Amino acid sequence: MRLIRSTALAAAGLLAFLALWEAVPRLGLVNPAFLPPPSTIPPAFLREIELGVWPEAVLSSLSHYVAGLAAGAGAGIALGLVSGMSRGFEAFTAWVVRLLRPIPGLAWVPFAIIWFGVEPSAAVFIIAVGVFWIVFFATQGAVRGVDRDLVEVAQAFGFRGPLQRLVKILLPAATPGILVGLRTALGQAWMAVVAAEIFGVPGVGQRMMQASSLLSTDIVVVYMLTMAGLYGLFDSAFVALQGWLLRWRA
Amino acid sequence: MPDPIIDIRGLSLAYGAGESRNVVLESLDLAVARGEVLVIVGESGVGKSTLLRVLMGLSRPSDGRVAIHARPECRTPMAMVFQDARLLPWRRVIDNVAFGLEGSGLTRAARRERARAMLALVGLADLAGRWPHQLSGGQRQRVAIARALAVEPDVLLMDEPFSALDSFTREGLQDELQRITAETGKTVLFVTHDIDEAVTIADRVVVIAGPPGRIAAEVRIDLPRPRPRRDAALQDIARQLRAELSRRSAEL
Repeated sequence: MRLIRSTALAAAGLLAFLALWEAVPRLGLVNPAFLPPPSTIPPAFLREIELGVWPEAVLSSLSHYVAGLAAGAGAGIALGLVSGMSRGFEAFTAWVVRLLRPIPGLAWVPFAIIWFGVEPSAAVFIIAVGVFWIVFFATQGAVRGVDRDLVEVAQAFGFRGPLQRLVKILLPAATPGILVGLRTALGQAWMAVVAAEIFGVPGVGQRMMQASSLLSTDIVVVYMLTMAGLYGLFDSAFVALQGWLLRWRA
Repeated sequence: MPDPIIDIRGLSLAYGAGESRNVVLESLDLAVARGEVLVIVGESGVGKSTLLRVLMGLSRPSDGRVAIHARPECRTPMAMVFQDARLLPWRRVIDNVAFGLEGSGLTRAARRERARAMLALVGLADLAGRWPHQLSGGQRQRVAIARALAVEPDVLLMDEPFSALDSFTREGLQDELQRITAETGKTVLFVTHDIDEAVTIADRVVVIAGPPGRIAAEVRIDLPRPRPRRDAALQDIARQLRAELSRRSAEL
């Protein structure tokens, strides 16, 4: 009963939001070019599909997204594990981390273009930088937080080397924390996709910039909603995977 | 003692140096016979657990000699059961029991078969597929015992394994342990601060007093098993040990 009630409320809220959004440009309160009413979005979406622009842009962005996420998260997990396991490594990198950590991913755009050109690899690089730190710190913290008693169990059963400690105890015990970092990265990477494509690499971000320069704001909204949908899809899939991986938890 | 399986001579262990030097164990001699159930009792902080940790190789002694005369073919001469079961929560019960066998050269199927046999020995064959969080405290501790037995150690080291359990479960597991040691002939080194528990399961009780920990008294218990719990002879021994313990702590 409570579920039905809350679902009904949520639907009503969404409808009210759409109605307000529709009313504001229709009543002439705002120029429709500045705020396209929601009723114009589905036709714009169909036009983009007919032109073949939508699938192309989405596929291109998805390939940047997946590659950037994999590279950034992979490096973040690997270095986070090493840093979590070795005080020496952590100390050695402490100041370098402090120096590089505060630089926003987007500040790397000039170098991305110089190093990679206006190419997909530049977008991948920006995205990878954007997710690296999140995953790195999540992994390092998760490894640091592993119960020492469990590490001792591995020692007591003769697994004493660092690699055995990693595989038998640290990695599985740190998985919940690493997954939290990865989920944050999943969202962060979408933001980076748009930013990385705005400077001209083909994809959703580039298409949005083109559309906005022509004041085709309905198309801009199409891609905004596309991203919301894709992110929702990825996040749901990730939550399902997370639930399965952590099925051992109470 | 002829042919002991564990022979400890002059064992000392201290942390720190100078003013802050903390001596946990001091010139301790102890020999454990093959197949013997030796129970070490003492108050908290007298180094009982430290002694087990030294045997297990988890702590390094500052002085003295520890000799383990295990069968040469024994890959893991000693296995440990901790006070809290310390199961790995991401492994199912059966894979927790098989944990110590990884790297032994056995196939996965063979490891699981051995694990299944050990679970049967501790009476938990039906729970092989459960996750640790689905078990009661007593069940978890049985799984920990099965995990230790699975590696076929010569010596079972048990560090207050039943102290966190309710008294009903505790007595059940004490009986279980006696049955298992009778069946397997394992040497057991068992640490507890519960004197009734000690006299129930022990062939020999050693009292460690301190700090620094040293052997204060020793009693051999030759009563037949299974031992009835409120047996007068056992209670006599328990009373004697209690008196010894309080006399020692009064001295310190």
